[in-house]
Amino acid sequence: MQRTIPGHFAFCKRIAGLALLCVLPGWAWAAELHVPATVEAGQGFSISTAGSGQAIFYLVGPDHVLKRTVSLGNDLQIQASDVRAAGRYQAILCDPACTSATFEVTAAPPAHLSFFLHPSRVPVSTPDSIDAAAFVFDRYFNLVLTPAAVDFRITPASGAGFSRQGVTRDGVTWMHMGSTLHEGPVQVTATVGNVEEKRVIQQVAAEACGLRMKALTSANTVTLETDPVRDCSGNALPDGTVVSFTKVDKAGKSTVDTPIKKGIARVQFSLHGPAQISVACGVALGNELALNGKL
Amino acid sequence: MKWGLVTFLGIATALLVGFAWVQSGGLKQHAMFSAVTPEEAVQALMSQIQAHNYQQAYASLDPSSDTDLASFIRDVAGSDGSLRTYSSLQAAEVSPLHADGDQALMRVRMNWSSALGSLDDVRDLRVLHDGSVWRVVWPKPPFSTVPPQVVSVNYLRWDVIGRNTSQTWGAQDVDSPKVRITSMNAISRPGRVVILGEVENEDTVPAYLNVNATLLKADGSPIEEEGSFDLISHVLLPKQVSPFRIDFPGVRMDAVKSVRMDARALLVPASADPVIAVSDQALSKDGLNRNVLKGELVNQSGRPVNIAQVLAAYYDNSGKVIWVSDGYVDQALMPQVLVPFAVDIPDDIAGRLKTYRVIVNHYSRLSN
Repeated sequence: MQRTIPGHFAFCKRIAGLALLCVLPGWAWAAELHVPATVEAGQGFSISTAGSGQAIFYLVGPDHVLKRTVSLGNDLQIQASDVRAAGRYQAILCDPACTSATFEVTAAPPAHLSFFLHPSRVPVSTPDSIDAAAFVFDRYFNLVLTPAAVDFRITPASGAGFSRQGVTRDGVTWMHMGSTLHEGPVQVTATVGNVEEKRVIQQVAAEACGLRMKALTSANTVTLETDPVRDCSGNALPDGTVVSFTKVDKAGKSTVDTPIKKGIARVQFSLHGPAQISVACGVALGNELALNGKL
Repeated sequence: MKWGLVTFLGIATALLVGFAWVQSGGLKQHAMFSAVTPEEAVQALMSQIQAHNYQQAYASLDPSSDTDLASFIRDVAGSDGSLRTYSSLQAAEVSPLHADGDQALMRVRMNWSSALGSLDDVRDLRVLHDGSVWRVVWPKPPFSTVPPQVVSVNYLRWDVIGRNTSQTWGAQDVDSPKVRITSMNAISRPGRVVILGEVENEDTVPAYLNVNATLLKADGSPIEEEGSFDLISHVLLPKQVSPFRIDFPGVRMDAVKSVRMDARALLVPASADPVIAVSDQALSKDGLNRNVLKGELVNQSGRPVNIAQVLAAYYDNSGKVIWVSDGYVDQALMPQVLVPFAVDIPDDIAGRLKTYRVIVNHYSRLSN
C-alpha cells in the first residue's frame, strides 16, 4: 500500500489520536469488548459488545485502520479482508468513553515458498558447496512462524535422486550439500504441503586433470591437439575454456591461448629447429613435448 | 602622386602573395626542396607528415624510394581502423647515425599521440644527396599479404538471459563468474607504489573483470584506492589468466601497512574469437638501447582486429610477478599476418626477470 506524504501525515494523526484513546480507558463509563485471543489471517470473526446505543469502533492493525459506527449489544462482524496481515491488532470502542482490547492475527497455512538456491553453477565433487534456504509464507504473504516441514528433493541429471527434510524455525529452513560427481543440471525442489518451488543448479566440470596433447608434424609446422579435456571425474570441460600452448625454440617463446572447441584445443606453430612445447589449462599443467631439430 | 599609388599597390600585392605562399606551406616546401643537410631533409619530411600533406611528403622523397604513394600513406597514416588512423604525429627527433658526402643514415624517433597514450616509432632512414638538396629514401613498407582463402571458424560465444525483474523475491538468477587473484605483489618504484599480480577466471563462463586495490595505513584507514584501468585484460574467458598492475603515484611504500584487494566480475556476453598467437617472443634492445620484449602477433581468425594491446607479466626465479608492462600496436591485425610488437621493460626489472608471459587484448569494430 502506498501513501502520499499528506496521506502519511493524516494517517499518523489518526494513529496518534487512537493512541490517546488507548491510554485513557475507563475514563468514564465504557462499553465492553470481547475479542478472541488469536485469529487466523484472512478469517472473518465477530466481536461481542455490551451496552446500548451507538458507538464508534476502531480496529488498528499492522497495515491499516478501520473505523465504523456500531450498535452496542450486537456482535461486530470483522471481515476477512480486514485481518489479512499477521500481527497484533487493537480493537477500540468509544461511547464516548473508550475501551480497548488486543488480539493476535497469526499466519494462515503455508501457501507460498520463497526458495533460494545458491550458487547457480558449481564445480562437481565440491563438498558443502550448495546452499538452499526456504521461507514459508501464507496466501497473504505473511511469514508462517509456526514450524512447517519442508522437503528438499534433489534430482541430478544422471544418477539417483535423494531428499532432505527440514522444519522451519521462525519461518525459514535451510540445508547444505555437496555437488555430485557428474556435470549437468540438478533440479532441487522444495515442497511444503502441496506447495512446491523448483530451481536448477548447473554442475560444471572442475579443473582440468591429466591434460595431454599430441603433435602432428608436417614440413616446418607442428599441429598440437589435446586429448578431450576432462576433469578428474571424467567430465568434459566446456567449450570456450582457454588452453595455453607454449613453444620455446631458438626464435624465442611463442604462446597461444586458444579456447576448447568440440572438446579439444588445437593450435599450429611454425618450427625453427628443436623446440620444447608445453600445455596448461588454468592452474593445471599438461605434458611437455620435445621436438627434434629435423623438423 | 600617380606613381606613388602604383608603387603602393605593387608592394601590397607582393606582400599578399608572399603571405599566401607562407600560409600554403610554401616555406616548408621550399625548405624541403632546398634541404641542404640530411637533418633538414628528414625534419621537412616529418613536418609534411605532421601536417597530413602526404602527397607533398611523397613528392619530396628520393626517386629511388621503392614505394608508391598509397603504400607510403598507409605506412605513415595507418589503415583498416588501426590505432595509427586515430593518431597524429606530435614530434620527431632526428639524430645522425652516419654521414658522408653523398649519403647519410638518420635515426628518427616519431612520437605519435593517440587516445590511448603516446606511441614511439623509431626508424633509420637513408638520405641521399641529390644535386644541391638532400632527399629521404623511404623503404618499401613490409605489408604482408595473404592469399585469398576461406577461414573456417567454429563461432563460439556466450549470451546471457538474466532474471525477469517482474519475478518475485527468491526467483532464480545466474550468478556472477568466480574469479580469483592467484598472486599479488606490492613493490616500490620511484615516486609511486605499484601493486602487481595475476587473476584467473575460475568459472565456466566469461567474466568482465575489474581489480581495485586500497592501500591501508597501520590504523586500517585507507590511503588511496585505485583500479587497474587498462593494465589488465578485462574480459576473461573460462580458465584464462590475466596479469594486472595498479599504480599509486605519489605514495611511499613505508606509509603502507597492508593492501585490500577487490576483484569484481560481471557475467557478460562474449566471444571466444579471435585467437591471437604471440610468436617469437624474445628479450632484446630497441633502437634507443632500451630493454624491450619483442615478438610478433598473428590474428588466427578471418576478421581484422583493429586495435591490439600487448600485456606482459615478468617473473623472477621464484615465480613471483615482478613487473607488468603493456604496449598498444598501432597496426591493425589482418588475418594470418605477422605484426611485430615491442613493450618496454625497466632496466632493473630486465636484470632480475627469469621468464615472462604475454597476452593480447583486442578491439574489433565488426564484432563490437
